[in-house]
Formats: sequence, structure tokens, C-alpha cells
Amino acid sequence: MNRPKIFLWSALFFSLAVAVFISPFASSRPDGLEKVAETHGFSEKGETAAWRFPVFPDYEWKSARNPFVNAAVAGGSGTLLAGLAAWILGKLLSKRNRAR
Amino acid sequence: MHIPDGFLSGPVNLAAFAVSAAAVGLAVKKTNGDPNEKEVPLMGVCAAFIFAAQMLNFPIAGGTSGHFLGALFAAILLGPWAGILVMVTVLAIQCLIFSDGGLTAVGSNVLNMGIVGGFGGFWAFRFLLGLLPRSPKSFYAASGLAAWLSVTAASVACALELAWSGTSPLRIVLPAMIGVHAVIGVGEAVITCCALSAISKLRPDLLSAYLPVRGESGAIHEQA
Repeated sequence: MNRPKIFLWSALFFSLAVAVFISPFASSRPDGLEKVAETHGFSEKGETAAWRFPVFPDYEWKSARNPFVNAAVAGGSGTLLAGLAAWILGKLLSKRNRAR
Repeated sequence: MHIPDGFLSGPVNLAAFAVSAAAVGLAVKKTNGDPNEKEVPLMGVCAAFIFAAQMLNFPIAGGTSGHFLGALFAAILLGPWAGILVMVTVLAIQCLIFSDGGLTAVGSNVLNMGIVGGFGGFWAFRFLLGLLPRSPKSFYAASGLAAWLSVTAASVACALELAWSGTSPLRIVLPAMIGVHAVIGVGEAVITCCALSAISKLRPDLLSAYLPVRGESGAIHEQA
């Protein structure tokens, strides 16, 4: 494997490791906007989501008993999905594809 | 800073969606035929990294947390147009699969975090880079400062949308949003500089537009 490929695979595995092993320990405090909404009394406005079919609502797989497993599965899947989607988008826009 | 459904009014969401759709359309047009075989996998890995890093909420003062945004990082690595497309991909997945950011507010979220954060941040980065002498120190100073600005500017856009929607008066929501995101922006600056520094060591060619690359012979090559 050449250097660019090694870099890409390492970066992907690093991202995946972050999502699977570190994200379950992320702070569960409200984020900046959520905190402002709580402090200034408009957080209840955002309680009903328009989209009803999230696979991993709130970054959680709901099927395992262990919350760390739930967070790891959701995080890992999302990371791979984001990578795959952007790769497909790049592929569709690439030179070779346009030349065809 | 992902806005859920219900925070913003219909007209504000619609206007933000129109602006975002136009910008994303332009980004597709500008990028079309551009990515080569090297850049396509880089777009994927960049999106994976940003998604993973955005999950790492770090605690800040006052019972609040913040997380990496990555819009400026993507713009520096891939260019501002491909950077916007990567941000849109991440934001769309967060909205549809993870219910992070409302479906009705997706245009506003793309506008704040992808376009104001990414494009605005990149513009600030280029501006700062132009003011400073050309050196690695200047590159990191411009990256860090622009990363901080990108988060703070995105929070200003978010505050304006909340005020225009009648959700909270501007005199309250603007200082509150800037206050908390000025702190989160410091985290953004640190993570952006660390990630860029790692890339400069592992794949210096990816940053050759900004940093001198030392060739195999030891000679320094600079790209204009």
C-alpha cells in the first residue's frame, strides 16, 4: 500500500475508533444552543421532531442493554455512513464520471 | 448548534433553505468534474472524521458542552466548495438518521454551520493569511483564529434566525449565543490546528498550497 492509501485508511480507522470507543464518554451536558434555549425559556418549542424515522435517535441504538454499546453502534454506523455518502458524492462529481 | 424543529418560523426556514439550496447548487456546479482520484476518498474520510469528532461533546463552564464543527477544517483541506458538500452530507445524515437538527430547519442548519461556518470561516482564513508573513506559524494562527470566527459567526446567524422567528428577542439571544460559542470556538481552534498539524506531518502534500513541502532530496518546494 502506498503512503496516501495508508493515510486514508488510518484516518478512517482513527475516526471510527473515536466514534466507537470515545464518543460513549462524551459530555451529556446540553450544547450551546440547548443551554441558551433552556435559560431563556424556549427549549420546549423544539420537543416535537418533524421527521419520524430516525434510525438512531439521539445517537443511540436502542437494542442493547448496555448504553455504551448503544452509543458505540450508533456512532460507528454514522461515521461509516457519512464517509460512504461523501465518497459516493465525490465519485459522482469526479472527472472520470463526467468524462463518461 | 443544530437547530431542532419548532425553534424557527416557516418563513425564516424557507428563506434559509432557499439560500442554502442556491449555495449547495453552486458548490455542486463548482466541484463538478473537479475531484480527481486522490480527492474523492479524501472527501469520504473527511466526512467520517467530522461526523465522529462532532460527537465528542466537551464540557465547558456553566453546565454546557460544545463540540467540534469542522466546517473550516473541511474548507482548508478540500477547498471551500467541496468542503460545503462534505458539511451538507454530515448535516443531512445527522438530521435523518440521528434526529440531530430538525428536518424543517435543515436549510438553516446548512446555512449556519456549512455556509457561514465553512465559507465565512474560509474567507476569514484567506484574509488573515494574506495579512501575515508566509510561514507555518502564520498558517496555524490564521487557521485557529478563523476556526474560532467560524463557530462564533455561525452562532450569530443562528441568533438572528431565532430573533427573526420571534422565538427570543435579539438583545437576549444574540449575546447569549455569542457568549457560549466564543468559548466553544476555542475548542474548535485547538482541534482544527491539531488536525491540520497531524496532516502536515503525515500528508504534507495535502496542505502544499499553504505550507512549504520538503521534497525527498530535502529541498523545499513551494506551490504558488
